[in-house]
Amino acid sequence: MDYKIIVIGTSAGGLDALKKLLPVFPPAFPVPIVIVQHLSSRSNGFMIQYLNSISSVRVKEAEEKELLAPATVYFAPPNYHLLIEDNQTLSLSVEKKVNYARPSIDVLFESAAYAFGKSIIGVILTGANHDGAKGLAQIKRAGGYTIVQSPETAYSGSMPKAAIAQTNPDRIISIDEIGIVLRDLFMKKPNRFI
Amino acid sequence: MEENIENINIEVKLFLEAVFLKYGYDFRNYSLAHIKRRILHRLSISQIESISLMQDRVLRDPDFFQQILLDFSINVTEMFRDPDFYQAIRKEVIPLLKTYPFIKIWHAGCSTGEEVFSMAILLQEEGLLEKTQIYATDFNQKVLKQAKQGIFSVENVKEWTQNYLRAGGKESFSDYYVANYNSVIMNKNLSENILFAHHNLVTDQVFSEVNMIICRNVLIYFERALQNRVIGLFKESLLPGGILCLGSKESLQFNENASSFSPLVAKEKIYRKNYMIPNLFEV
Repeated sequence: MDYKIIVIGTSAGGLDALKKLLPVFPPAFPVPIVIVQHLSSRSNGFMIQYLNSISSVRVKEAEEKELLAPATVYFAPPNYHLLIEDNQTLSLSVEKKVNYARPSIDVLFESAAYAFGKSIIGVILTGANHDGAKGLAQIKRAGGYTIVQSPETAYSGSMPKAAIAQTNPDRIISIDEIGIVLRDLFMKKPNRFI
Repeated sequence: MEENIENINIEVKLFLEAVFLKYGYDFRNYSLAHIKRRILHRLSISQIESISLMQDRVLRDPDFFQQILLDFSINVTEMFRDPDFYQAIRKEVIPLLKTYPFIKIWHAGCSTGEEVFSMAILLQEEGLLEKTQIYATDFNQKVLKQAKQGIFSVENVKEWTQNYLRAGGKESFSDYYVANYNSVIMNKNLSENILFAHHNLVTDQVFSEVNMIICRNVLIYFERALQNRVIGLFKESLLPGGILCLGSKESLQFNENASSFSPLVAKEKIYRKNYMIPNLFEV
C-alpha cells in the first residue's frame, strides 16, 4: 500500500462532517489532503480558519502552482476549479461550472486520477447533488481506493448515493469510521496489549 | 487504465507539438491538467477514438483547429467580476491615473470583452475615459470579434447589475446599454477609445508603453516558466510607476520579476512597477 494523496468532495453538511474528520489526522500525517467543498462564490475564509484552529494538520486555501506537502489540507478557493498536475502542484481554473458547481468535485477527482493513478484515495461525503460521482468512478478505474460516507449517516445522502450508483466503493461507512480508516492506513497502529 | 493514463499523457504532448508545428500556437507550457481536460472533453464529444486520431484530424482540418483553439481559451467572464477589485481601482488607482495627461491601458487576454467594458464604464464615471486609450488583446480572433461588437446576452444582466452596484457604480447600469430582444448593446461611446487587437502572450512581443496592464485569470493556465515570460513582457511594457492588475488568486510571489513590482492593494493583486531610483548611499 503506498497511497500518496487523499482527495475529498463534499457539499451540503460538509462543514459538520469535516469538523469531525480533520482533527483525526495527526501532525505528522504523511500525505496531502485536497478538498472541494461547495461554497457560495462570495464566502470568506472563515471555514478554513476555523478548521485550521481545530486540526493538528495545517489547513489552508489552495494557491495556484503550489507544491503539495504532507500533513496539509488544501481547500479549493470559492469560484475556482482546483486541479492537480502530474508534477504534484495545484492549478486553478475559472472554466465554466461543472454540475452547476465551481469548484467541482469531478474536476478535482478526474485530474487527481490522471496525476496519481492508483496511488490515490477518493472520499465522497455528505451532499445534496451528484457532483463527484463521475470523478470517484474515474479514481476507481485508475486503481485508487474509494470511500463513501454511508448515506443514512450523512446530513444529505444524495451525493453519497449518486457516487455509490456509479462506483462500487471499497468502503461505505460513517464519518467517524472514515477518520479511523484513513488514520490507520497511514499511521502505525498504537501498541496494544493482546 | 494505468497504461491508458501513460498513453494519454504522451498523446497530449504529441498533440500540442502538432498544433504548434502546424499552426504556430504554442500550448506546450500551459498547465497540463487544464489542457488535458480540454482535450479529453473535445475527444468525448467528437466521436473520435483516441487523441492520436484527433491529432491527425487537427493537422488536416483547419476548421477543427479553430474549434480546438476555442476549447483551449477559457471564455468565462462577467461584467465587474470581483466587485471588490473595481472598488480598489476606484479608491487607489484612479487618483494616480488622474495625475496623467494621457492614459494608456493594456487589457491582455480580454476574451469576449466584458471586463474591458466594465473598466471603460468606471473610467467614464471618473471622467477619465476621454483621455484614455485601451488596447484590448486576445489570441482568439473569434472572441475578439465578439468583444468588438459589444453585444452581450441579456441573461446575465441581472447579475452584472448587482456586480456593478457592489463595485461602487455611481449611475444606473442600464444607462450603459440598450436592450434589444435577447441582447444588450453597449453604448458606442464606451468603445470609442478601445482598440481590439490580436496578440498572443506566449509568442508575441511588447507593442506599446502603457500606464496600466490588466491581465486577470490568464496566468493561472500557464506553467511557471511561461508566467515568468509574460510578467517579463508586462514589466517591459509598463512605464515606471505603472499599474499591474492580476486575478484574485494570481500573484507575483514566485515570479522571477517580483522584485520589479511593489503591491499597491495586495489583497486585490494590484501591483505597481518600481521606479528605478539609483541608490545614492551605495558605496
